[in-house]
Amino acid sequence: MSEPLIEVRGLRKVYRVGKVDVPALRGVDLDVPTREFLAIVGPSGSGKSTLFHIIGGLTPATGGSVRIAGQDISSLTDAGRTELRKQKVGFVFQKFNLLPNLTAGDNIAIARYIAGRDLKPEPEFEEVLKLLGISGRLDHKPAALSGGEQQRVAIARAIVNHPAILLADEPTGNLDSENSCAVLDVLRDLNRRLGQTVLMITHNPEAAAFAHRTVRMRDGRIVD
Amino acid sequence: MTARLVLENLKHKPMRSLLSMFLIAVPVTLILCLVGLSEGMLADSARRARGIGADIIIRPPKTSMLTLSGAPIPEKLIDAIDQKPHVALAMGMISFPVTSVSYVSGIDLAGFNKMSGGFRYLRGGPFRGPDDIIIDEYYAQQHHLRAGDTVTEILNHPWHVSGVAEGGKLARLAVPMRTLQDLTGNTGKVSQIFVKADKPSDISTVLEEMKEFLPGYNIYTMEEFTSLLTVENVGGLNTFIHVMVGIGVVIGFAVVLLSMYMAVLQRTREIGILKSLGASRWFILKIILAEAVVMGIGGTIVGIGLSFAARALILALYPASLTQAITPGWWPIAGAISLAGVLLGALYPGLSAANQDPIEALAYE
Repeated sequence: MSEPLIEVRGLRKVYRVGKVDVPALRGVDLDVPTREFLAIVGPSGSGKSTLFHIIGGLTPATGGSVRIAGQDISSLTDAGRTELRKQKVGFVFQKFNLLPNLTAGDNIAIARYIAGRDLKPEPEFEEVLKLLGISGRLDHKPAALSGGEQQRVAIARAIVNHPAILLADEPTGNLDSENSCAVLDVLRDLNRRLGQTVLMITHNPEAAAFAHRTVRMRDGRIVD
Repeated sequence: MTARLVLENLKHKPMRSLLSMFLIAVPVTLILCLVGLSEGMLADSARRARGIGADIIIRPPKTSMLTLSGAPIPEKLIDAIDQKPHVALAMGMISFPVTSVSYVSGIDLAGFNKMSGGFRYLRGGPFRGPDDIIIDEYYAQQHHLRAGDTVTEILNHPWHVSGVAEGGKLARLAVPMRTLQDLTGNTGKVSQIFVKADKPSDISTVLEEMKEFLPGYNIYTMEEFTSLLTVENVGGLNTFIHVMVGIGVVIGFAVVLLSMYMAVLQRTREIGILKSLGASRWFILKIILAEAVVMGIGGTIVGIGLSFAARALILALYPASLTQAITPGWWPIAGAISLAGVLLGALYPGLSAANQDPIEALAYE
């Protein structure tokens, strides 16, 4: 059997709040094979966002190990985690998080620029933009786009550098049901057509149903 | 892409950007006006001195380049100098301050006419009585005076304006030497003596002769004297300019520090977004510094524009009191000073942005 794309072993994370240590992850084990669409569900404070942040290289772990495509990221320095975010991970957030001063096209281009690639994506990316339904909206700034359009631009930005993993944190949390469905369809299409590995955090069981598999978290552990 | 991001950031809050540029422009204008006034007034003094038509100037011992303290030279020396070989003409003059930047000159009009070719009168004519005054066109314009008017604010004496002359020769205000000597308690004394040689080739001979005749006096050829009228040769002026330059750096620093600090606070979330995309600390710092540099360049251009406006304002309001030169040589210096200030000011906000925790930044509302 081939090595999983993401391999998490005994992952722990403790936040220091004032003088108090607050454990967010208490030993998480998780394997995610390539091309899987995985949903992570759980109540607030269960540790799913912390897991997401560590896998995405936004924060270091306190203990345990995380391997992505064979690379142990738990020992990376700040610069190493920056490189990980640049090359291997794409983020989609609940609040879209587009740069408000740039057009949709420039929001996608800046991800290419930061990664040190040509600003213009490969010609095949046109197909992805069509799939996302934003080809005609690239000259607009985020304020002129609907929530659904903003989220689809955010998805385009997240995958424009062909990351190994697409991390989506409550991607439908700020959308109505119609737009939520459209965004989830897009994520499933990207997974099916392009083989994009997707990890999605959600509270919504209907959203989780779009994934191949769902894991549940509670009190900093995976329970199911 | 960095340029586009910086430009869009500046355009996003146009009032903040414009206000910051305007505030950065203030010290640039201050520096350019100060240097322009210093150089303009010195150049004006040199032009007036050259307008007298003398070849040599004799000034009392221990006098500064710009000012004259009283009239310590005995008038009888003029006749003695006049008798020296190769001297065509010697003329004394007494100067007395009217304001901190302007003088009234007491002249022997016949000698002055002989040496300089005389005033070119726009209205009226030469002195006809001891209480007559000749004013230049700028003084007339500033004080709304015409030939035939009476002026009382100069040394509290009633002067009758006999003529309005073209500017550029001697002082803006000229009165009969005897009257000014008596009014200021300097009867029989002058402030400086101007000498004209028989021919240009005699100037160096006359100069040596004068130095021998009047040891301790400051004696220069007119060419040498006017070349000495520079900022560096006026005691304290250079230091004053340096202090103003320092203030310029501090203002630029403070303005940009506050402006960029506010900008970084407002853009905390955007910084988090850039970090989530893999932007390095240097990338974030570079954007903040680039934004400050653009504001610094914009501020410098506005500052240069404002120095022209200040000059126009001075010319309109105080043509006879202040002469401001436009000093393009100082534009890059003022620009470098403002850039130094803005870069220093942007460094702290830039570093704090670069060191933001991406998770905290993304959670910022």
